[in-house]
Amino acid sequence: MKACVIVFPASNCDRDMKVALESSLGSSVDMVWHRETDLSDYDLVAVPGGFSYGDYLRCGAMAARSPIMSEVVKHANQGGHVLGVCNGFQVLCESGLLPGVLMRNANLKFICKDVELKVERNDTVFTNGYEAGQIITYPVAHHDGNFFADAETLKRIEGQGQVAFRYVDNPNGSADDIAGIFNEAGNVLGLMPHPERLVEMPLGGLDGKPMFDSLIKSLAA
Amino acid sequence: MSEITPEIVKEHGLNEAEYKMVLDIMGREPNLNELGIFSVMWSEHCSYKSSKKWLKTLPTEAPWVICGPGENAGIIDVGDGDAVIFKMESHNHPSYIEPYQGAATGVGGIMRDVFTMGARPIANVNALRFGVPEHPKTRHLVHGVVEGIGGYGNCMGVPTVAGEVEFDTSYDGNILVNAMCVGLAKADNIFYCAAAGIGKPVVYVGSKTGRDGIHGATMASTEFTADTEEKRPTVQVGDPFTEKLLLEACLELMQTDAIVAIQDMGAAGLTSSSFEMASSGGVGIDMNLDMVPQREENMTPYEMMLSESQERMLMVLEPGKEDMARAIFEKWELDFAVIGEITDTGRMRLFHKGEMVGDLPIDPLAQASPEYDRPWVPTPKRAPIAAKDVAAPADMMDAIKTLVSTPNGCSKRWVWEQYDHMVMNDTVARPGGDAAVVRIHGTQKGLAVTSDVTPRYVFADPVEGGKQAVAETYRNITATGALPLAITDNMNFGNPERPEIMGQFVGACEGIRAACIALDYPVVSGNVSLYNETNGQGILPTPTIGGVGLIADVDKTIGMAFVAEGDAIVLIGSTTGHLGCSQYLAEILNRTDGPAPEVDLTLERQHGDFVRSEILAGNVNACHDLSDGGLGVALAEMAMVSGLGASVVDESNDVPLHGWLFGEDQARYVATTTDAEALLAAAKAAGVTAILIGEVQGQDLKIETAGTISVSKLKDAHEGWMPEFMAHPDFED
Repeated sequence: MKACVIVFPASNCDRDMKVALESSLGSSVDMVWHRETDLSDYDLVAVPGGFSYGDYLRCGAMAARSPIMSEVVKHANQGGHVLGVCNGFQVLCESGLLPGVLMRNANLKFICKDVELKVERNDTVFTNGYEAGQIITYPVAHHDGNFFADAETLKRIEGQGQVAFRYVDNPNGSADDIAGIFNEAGNVLGLMPHPERLVEMPLGGLDGKPMFDSLIKSLAA
Repeated sequence: MSEITPEIVKEHGLNEAEYKMVLDIMGREPNLNELGIFSVMWSEHCSYKSSKKWLKTLPTEAPWVICGPGENAGIIDVGDGDAVIFKMESHNHPSYIEPYQGAATGVGGIMRDVFTMGARPIANVNALRFGVPEHPKTRHLVHGVVEGIGGYGNCMGVPTVAGEVEFDTSYDGNILVNAMCVGLAKADNIFYCAAAGIGKPVVYVGSKTGRDGIHGATMASTEFTADTEEKRPTVQVGDPFTEKLLLEACLELMQTDAIVAIQDMGAAGLTSSSFEMASSGGVGIDMNLDMVPQREENMTPYEMMLSESQERMLMVLEPGKEDMARAIFEKWELDFAVIGEITDTGRMRLFHKGEMVGDLPIDPLAQASPEYDRPWVPTPKRAPIAAKDVAAPADMMDAIKTLVSTPNGCSKRWVWEQYDHMVMNDTVARPGGDAAVVRIHGTQKGLAVTSDVTPRYVFADPVEGGKQAVAETYRNITATGALPLAITDNMNFGNPERPEIMGQFVGACEGIRAACIALDYPVVSGNVSLYNETNGQGILPTPTIGGVGLIADVDKTIGMAFVAEGDAIVLIGSTTGHLGCSQYLAEILNRTDGPAPEVDLTLERQHGDFVRSEILAGNVNACHDLSDGGLGVALAEMAMVSGLGASVVDESNDVPLHGWLFGEDQARYVATTTDAEALLAAAKAAGVTAILIGEVQGQDLKIETAGTISVSKLKDAHEGWMPEFMAHPDFED
C-alpha cells in the first residue's frame, strides 16, 4: 500500500495529512509537487487542505487545472482511491471528480471548531472503521464550506447513497447538512472537516484515526 | 534635483535640529532621495529615539538566551538543538485607517521577522484593543481586524492560538493591534542580518515593489488628526499567498549554505533593510535600482527606496550560489534579482538609469540617529481604597454573571473561531485558557504562549502595572505547567513629548525590569509604538507582554477546566480584597479610581514555582490564574469551560465577602486536586499560603453566603455578548 499527498503552492495541511497517514501506515508517505505528472506508484492519493493559489479566483479552481490534477483524475478513473479534505474537497469538486461546489459559509466568516458528524454509511473503505449512524467529532477550519448542488444533482447524490458525512449542527449552510460525499464509484471521498486533526490524544481526540486505519487496512488487503 | 525647502523637511517629519544633523553628516544639502531615507531611518518607529534610553535598562540576558533585542526577533534555547524565535509588533495606525489590510500586514510582517532568522512560524498571538462598543467605528474595526488576522494567518497555515481583546474609550480613535509570532529553528542554523564579504551579491526576493506604503514608518510616528483618512494610501496591502511561498522558498534555501545575511523588508522597506544589513556588517552597498522588480511603471528612486510593499526580502548570497538560489525561488514562482553588491566604502550608493541618485554614509545615519532624554514626570500615587468602604453588590452571583458577560469579561470565542488555531496539528491547549500550548513537532516538548497587560493598572501606577503585565504572563504560563522563559514587549503609549506620557513609559519600563529580574524572565525582543493619540487624547498606557514558556512533556500540561466531581478546590496566595482599579469597581459601580494592586515579585516567583512543581508532579488536575474579576470570576471560568459546578465555602474571614470574591490581589491561583491534604501539606512545607475553599460538584456554582447560579446560565451570559454585539442589525460591513 503506497500513499502520497499532493502539494500545491500554499497547501498548508500537507504535513498534517502526511503525519496522519504515516501513523496509520507505519511507513513513509510521499509528497508530490503539483508540477509532477506521474501517480502510477500510488494506491491512495490525498489532496490536503490549505489555500492553494491563495484561494484566488475561486477556492480550488486554479489547483484543479494544475498538471498533477489530470493525473489525479486518471488515477481515480482507473479505480485508484482519492481523499480530498477541505481545500482538497474544493479541488476535487472543481476538477469534476465530485459533484457540487463549496460556497462561502452562510455566516460569511471563517469557522474553526470541532463539529459533530453523522457517519452515513460504513460499507466503504473510507468509513468501515465507524458504525453507520455513529456520531463522531472532526474539526472544521474553512471560509468556503457551504456545499451546494442543484436540486437534480442533490437528488442523485442522496439517491445513490453518495453522502458520506452529515453535520449534526450545520455550521456553514451546506445543502442537506452535507459534510462529505463520495463519487458514484465510491473510490473518491471529499469532505470539509479534517479527520487528520484528531488522530492522537494530545490534540483532543482520536475520532479521525479510524478513517486512516480503515483506508490503509482495506487498500493493503 | 529640487532644492530642499524647510517645508519639505517638515513634511519628512524632521525637526530643525535633526535636519542640522543631516547637513553635518552629509557635508552638503541632501537630495530628495537622501532626505527621504533620513526621514524614515530617523522616524520614531525605526530609530526608537525617544525610548532607547529606557529600553536599554531592561534585562535581556539569561543562560538560555541566544539572541536578545536588536535583531529581527529574540531567540531562546529550548534544548536538544531547538531554538525558539519570537517577537511582538504593533500595527496600530494602519489598522485604524484600513482594519483588514492593516491587521493582515501586521501579522505578515511579524511572521517575516521570525522566518527571516531561519524559523518556521508555529504559533501566532494577537493582542487587540478597541474603543468602547458604543463608538460608531468599533464594530467595523473589530470585523476588519479579526478578518485581516484570520485572512493572513489562516492562509499561511500557522495556528493563531492565543491573545486578548479589550474595549476601552481611550482606544476610540486609536486602536491597538499587537501581533506576535513564535517560530522554531535549529540553534545551529540561525540567520542574521549582518552583511559581510566585499563583492558579494545583494539579492532581492519576493513580491515586486509598488507604490504602496510609502512613508508608513513616518505615519506610525505621528499623532492622528481629523485628516487621518487621507493617509489611506500609506497602508500596505498584504498577499498571504505570496508570503507562504516566500516562507517555503526561504526555508528551502536556508537548508543550503548560500545565505550570508538576510533581512526582511518591513517598515521603511528597502531603505531600512539595506541600511541595517550594511550597518551591522560594517560594510557598504552599491545598489542598482533598475534591477529592483517593479509592479508599476516609472517608479522613482525615492518611491522604490521608501515603498513598504509586503512579502519582500533582501539577502547577501555567497558568490556562485545565485543560480541555485534562483532555481528555488523560481520553483516557488517568486521574483529573484541581483540588485547590488557589498562594498568596502561604508556608504550606500544608489544608481538609477546610469546616474548616482544617492550617496549616504551608513554608520552615521543608522547608528547616530537622534536619541532623546525626554522630560518626564512620575504618575502620582493614588489613595488606597478599603474593601469595607466599597459598596457590596445587591447579589453576589448576579455580580459574577455580570462580570463574565461584559465586553471585557465575556468569551472571545467569536474572535478565535475565525482563526485556524489547529493547523500544523500541534495545538495541545487551544485558545480560551490561560496560555495556549503548542507542541514542538515530533517531540513531547511544548511551548506555552500568552499575551497580557492590564492597561488600567498601568495608567493608575505605571510601575506596578508594568510588573503586573509581566507577572500575569508568568502566571498564565505557569498554570499550564510550563516554565516561563522569556518575553517580548510591545510598548504602546501616547505622545512621548508630553512629560506625563513619558512618565508612564519610564514607570512601565521600571516595573517590567523589576519583574523580569525577579522572575528570571528576560526581554528578548520588542517594539515601541508611540504617538497613539487622537486630537491630543492619549490611549491608556499599554505595554503588552508576550510570554513564552517550555514544558518538557506535553502530556503533563493541564487546563483550567474542572476535571471531576469531588476534586478539592484550593486557593493559593493571600487575599486582602484589593478593589482599587478592579473590574468589580469598573463594571458594577462604574468607578475607575483607586490604586493598582501591588505586585510582590518574591511571592509571584515562590507561588509560581510551587504551582508548577505540583502540576508536573501530577498533583493538580486543573489550574487557573486569578486576574480580572478575582476569585469569583476565576471559579466561574473554570466551571464554564468544563460544564461542572462547584460548592465553595466562605473563607473570607475578616475581608468583606465582595472583597474576597472580586479583589484583584496578585500572585494567586486556583488549583483543583484529588488529594487536598497532600497539596496543602506541600504548600505549607514550601511556605506558600493555600486554603481549601470547596469542591467540584454538580451543575451549579454555589458559594456559601453568596448564593447559587447554574453554570449553564453563566455560560449563556458569557458566550452571549460578543456574537450579539457583532451581529447588530445596524452594522454594515
